[in-house]
Amino acid sequence: MLSLELVRKSYREPNGENLSILDIPTFSVAKGEQVVLRGRSGCGKTTLLNCIAGLTTVDSGRISVNGTDIVRLQEVSRDRFRAKYIGFVFQTFNLLPAFTALENVQLGMSFTGQRADAARAEKLLGDVGLGHRLTHKPAALSVGEQQRVAVARALANQPSLLLADEPTANVDPGHQQQIIDLLREACDREQVAMLLVTHSPEVADQFARVEVLEEINRAVSVA
Amino acid sequence: MSFWKIAWRNMCQRSLASSLTGLSMALGVALMILVIVIHDVTVEQFENDAQGYHLIVGGSKGGDLQLVMTTVFHLGKPLYPIPYSYYKKFTEGEFAPYTSIAVPYCLGDSYQGGDLQFRVVATTPDLFEKLPYGANSDGSDKMYVFEEGRNFNRDHFFEAVVGSTVARKTGLKVGDKFQPTHGMSAEGDKHTEFTVVGVLAHTGTANDRALFANIEGFYLLDGHALTPEEGEEAHASADKLSKENFDTDDPNYGLKPLPESQREVTSILVKCKDEFGPMILDTKINKDKERVAQAVAPGGVVTRLLEGIVGPVRIILMVLTVLIIVVAGVSILVSIYNSMSERSHDIAVMRALGASRSAVMGIILAESILISLLGGIAGVLLGHAVLGLAGPIVEAHTGVALRFWDFNWKESLLIPGLVVFASLVGFLPALTAYRTDVGRILGGAR
Repeated sequence: MLSLELVRKSYREPNGENLSILDIPTFSVAKGEQVVLRGRSGCGKTTLLNCIAGLTTVDSGRISVNGTDIVRLQEVSRDRFRAKYIGFVFQTFNLLPAFTALENVQLGMSFTGQRADAARAEKLLGDVGLGHRLTHKPAALSVGEQQRVAVARALANQPSLLLADEPTANVDPGHQQQIIDLLREACDREQVAMLLVTHSPEVADQFARVEVLEEINRAVSVA
Repeated sequence: MSFWKIAWRNMCQRSLASSLTGLSMALGVALMILVIVIHDVTVEQFENDAQGYHLIVGGSKGGDLQLVMTTVFHLGKPLYPIPYSYYKKFTEGEFAPYTSIAVPYCLGDSYQGGDLQFRVVATTPDLFEKLPYGANSDGSDKMYVFEEGRNFNRDHFFEAVVGSTVARKTGLKVGDKFQPTHGMSAEGDKHTEFTVVGVLAHTGTANDRALFANIEGFYLLDGHALTPEEGEEAHASADKLSKENFDTDDPNYGLKPLPESQREVTSILVKCKDEFGPMILDTKINKDKERVAQAVAPGGVVTRLLEGIVGPVRIILMVLTVLIIVVAGVSILVSIYNSMSERSHDIAVMRALGASRSAVMGIILAESILISLLGGIAGVLLGHAVLGLAGPIVEAHTGVALRFWDFNWKESLLIPGLVVFASLVGFLPALTAYRTDVGRILGGAR
C-alpha cells in the first residue's frame, strides 16, 4: 500500500552545505497495517510524514501510495491525490476555529473535487461519539473532543493511509489511550493503513510493528 | 464546501477587523454614489430648468450667467432692468415676427416664509398657459399643472400663484394672502398683500421655489414704477392706500394699470416661432449699436456653467472618492495581510487536507472580494439612504430634488469594478497564502 524506495531528502544549511535528513533505502506498510514510527527528536519523523503526504518534495527516490508514485505527480495532482487517499492527524489537532465540528470534517472533503458528503461527515462524528456536538466550534469542545473531530476529519474521504504525527503529544495521559483506541478502531473499521509517529513507549508497545527511524534511515545527520 | 463559504467563515472569525475594513469601503462607495448621483441630478435639473423657451433677454449691464441665474434659477442679484417698450418689440414690434411667446419677468421682491426666503416673480399668466417647463420622454411639452386652484387672472392685479416647494414650506394655500418684501432682504418694506389663487404641482425646477405675482399688481407697488414723464399722471401706489380706502368690491382696489411709459422689465423669456428665430433675434439684439439689452440662449450658458464650474468640481470630488476607496482597499489588504501569520497554520492544515496552492489563494481572494462587495453594497445603500434623508433639506435650499431611488447607470459599474479592485488588493495576501511552507509550519523543518 505504501512503499518507499531510495528516498533521499536534504536541506541546505546556512553555510551552503547540504544536510541529509532522509536516506531510506526501503520501507513499506501493507494495506490496513498499523505501524508505529519512533525516533529521537529532530531525526526527521515529521519530514518523512510530510514527504509521504507530498507536502514536502524529496530529492530522489520513489514514494508509492496505492501504486501511485506521488514523487512523479505534478503538484496539483499530488494535492488532489492527498485529499483523496491520505488522511492526516496532527500533533495539535489543528481544527479550523471558524468552522463547526461538522464543517471541519466536511472541509476535509472539499478539496477532492467532489461535493462534501454531509451524511458521511455526520456518521463519522457519530462514530467517534460526537453526534451531539456537530454544530459546536472547536473553542467549545474539550481537548479530547477536538482530537476526535480531527480523527473523523482525517477519515472523511475514506483514505487508504492515515498519517498521525504524535497525536497524543499534547494530551494528558488520561486521554492518550482514548485517542489511540479511537485511531485504531477507526482504522480497523475503515480498513485504513496507519503510520503513527510517537515518542511514547506505552503507545508503541500496543502495536505489532514498531519501526525506529534511525534504523531505517541511513542519513548522516541521523547517524 | 465552497471557497466562498470558507472565505465567509474566515471573515466572520475576524468579524471586527472585517467589519471595520468593510465599513471604510462602504463609506468610500457611499461618497462616490453621492457624488455621481448628486452631480447627474443637478446637471439634469439645471438643464431641465432652462427648457421651454429659446432666449432670455435682459439688461445689457451684467453678464449672461447672471441673467440666467436670476431668471431661471432665482439666484443672485437681478440685472438692471430694460424698458417696457423693449418688451413690446416682442409682442407687437420688430421682433414679433420671430416670436411665438414673450413672457416678461419683474424681479426684485421676495417673501419670507419661516426661516426661508423665496423670490417673488412678477409675470403674466402666459408663463403657465403658453410656456412649457420641459419635455417629456416622448418629446411632448411638459405644461404647468395646478395642484390646487387656478392660474392668476390677468385682470386681477393682486392675485398670485405659488410653487410647490413654497406651498409646502410656508403653508400658503389657495385663499391665503401674503405680503411681498421689497428687495431680497427680510428687513425690506412690506408691500400690499397678494392673494394666492393657485398652487403649482411639483415641476422639479427652480420655479417650485418661487411665488408668481401678477405683473400688473407688481407695477402698482412702491418703488416699482419709473418717474412719470412730464405731463404724465403719477400712479397711485397700492402700498400707500390705507385699508379704509380700498375698494373692496374691486379686486384691483380701484387702481388703474400703470402706464407703459413708467414700466420696466427685468428679463423676458422668449419662445421663437421656428428654429431660425433664436439666431435672428440673437443677432438683432446682441449686435444692436445701442445695446439696450442682451439675449442669451440659456441652454448654452447652463452647459458652460456645468462644464466650467460643476464639471471640474465633480472631477475633484471623484478623484477624492476614488482615493478614499483606494485607502479602503489598502486597509483590506493590510487587514488580511496582517492576519496571514496568524492564519498560516490554518492554511497549512487546509493544504495538508488536500487544498492546492491555488485553492488557498482563491480562498483569500474570495475573502477580499467578499469584504469589498459587502462594503460596496452597504455603501450603495448608505449613499442612497443619505440621498433620501438629505433630499428634502437639499431641495428646500437649492431646489435640486434628490430621492432615495435616484439611480445612475454608472453605479452598476461599481460592483464589477469592486470585484476587480478587491482581486488586486487581495493578491498580495493571497500570494502569501500560495507560498505558505506547509512542511515548516506543520512541525518544523524536520
